[in-house]
Amino acid sequence: MPRIVVMFTEIDTVTLDEPVAERPALKPWRTKKRIRGKPVNKADGSCETRTEWVSHVRRIRDAQDQAAFAELFQHFAPRIKAFLIKSGSDAALAEECAQEVMATLWHKAHLFDPTRATVATWVFTIARNKRIDVLRKQRRPEPEDLGWGPEAEPEQDNVIALQQETAQLRNAIAALPEAQRELIEKAYFGDLSHREIASATGLPLGTIKSRIRLALDRLRHAMN
Amino acid sequence: MMSNDIKHHLTDDLLMAYAAGTLPEAFDLMVATHLSLCDHCRARAESFEAVGGCVLQDQDATASMSDSSLAATMALIAQGAPAAKPARPGCSVLPAPLQDYVGGGVNDIKWRSIGMGVKQAILPTTREATARLLFIPAGAAVPDHSHNGIELTMVLQGAFSDEVDHFARGDVEIADEDLHHTPTADISEDCICLAVTDAPLKFNKLMPRLFQPFLRI
Ligand SMILES: [Zn+2]
Repeated sequence: MPRIVVMFTEIDTVTLDEPVAERPALKPWRTKKRIRGKPVNKADGSCETRTEWVSHVRRIRDAQDQAAFAELFQHFAPRIKAFLIKSGSDAALAEECAQEVMATLWHKAHLFDPTRATVATWVFTIARNKRIDVLRKQRRPEPEDLGWGPEAEPEQDNVIALQQETAQLRNAIAALPEAQRELIEKAYFGDLSHREIASATGLPLGTIKSRIRLALDRLRHAMN
Repeated sequence: MMSNDIKHHLTDDLLMAYAAGTLPEAFDLMVATHLSLCDHCRARAESFEAVGGCVLQDQDATASMSDSSLAATMALIAQGAPAAKPARPGCSVLPAPLQDYVGGGVNDIKWRSIGMGVKQAILPTTREATARLLFIPAGAAVPDHSHNGIELTMVLQGAFSDEVDHFARGDVEIADEDLHHTPTADISEDCICLAVTDAPLKFNKLMPRLFQPFLRI
């Protein structure tokens, strides 16, 4: 079965808090035609800079390359630590967890699939799972493996397309109005529910939900 | 296991919160189970993970690591990878995340009767929300019931219909406090569902309610 790659596709689904009819019609931005040799979206920068962390992970996978790991560590460990502190951890625990997240990256390098995630996204998911395990003390159910796993050497075009689209998403997030970007960050980093964000920011729940929805609409628009 | 016939998917709210890692465990279990069957929502969930990756990259401040942290991490790595989870034998009804909570396949579910042929099995999750498997005999109706909060129901085997629509394997019905419905299993097969609610389950309240058949009819 071919993989379906659809990012942020809006579908007709019941929402938790408002009728479907009130929602604007949105187009999917990743019903993908990934034509060989023709990246779908344009993005700034060269392919080398955008895929560099991918080759670092490959060097770890193929050659247990400690120099590549040290560079990844220098870039990502302080970000993981900051993320965990924002999520309510003290500095000592965050430091310990950041080390464990980076060790997991080493051990799972063979499972990284650059056609489905950038290294930053992958690191985020490992750090998120560590937070759920250590700070929230709950299990993290993960979806069943797709069965085929990452291919030994996936199509370079697919790797580049995914990296480009994520770069585009990153630019779109950076371009969000301050109030919307802050709420997105809180939703991911604060480890807060909408309700808790409401009491932390003093904003009513409805405003928070509509701002996050507006932010998502903008991101979808930017990806079209 | 993937199905292209799923009509009722998860919302952006749920997928984003799953990607962010802020849902109660029972809801994580619902999302992981749906994503095991639905490539469409899996791709959407990956988009929301990509948002998390971008936010991680572009934090306004980072937290510096101690000088010895790289060496400490290399020492951790030298201890070797943690043992991988043993693979479970396949089950045509329960996707892998549910098998982990049941401790086996569909034949290992420890059902308890709640009356009228309907059975349930509570799954072990944190207490902020409750996950349970429901067994509805072919053709039987679950008495009209209201919910204390949000209730998500996903079909794993068979199908059911209610006042809203028809739900088959992989479909998720999202019900709030205001929905009063009478799910009725299709006649062709016993129906097994995963149901998750954000209100803690109150046995003494739920049981009598289910024992009062057709109270609202
Ligand atoms: Zn779906």
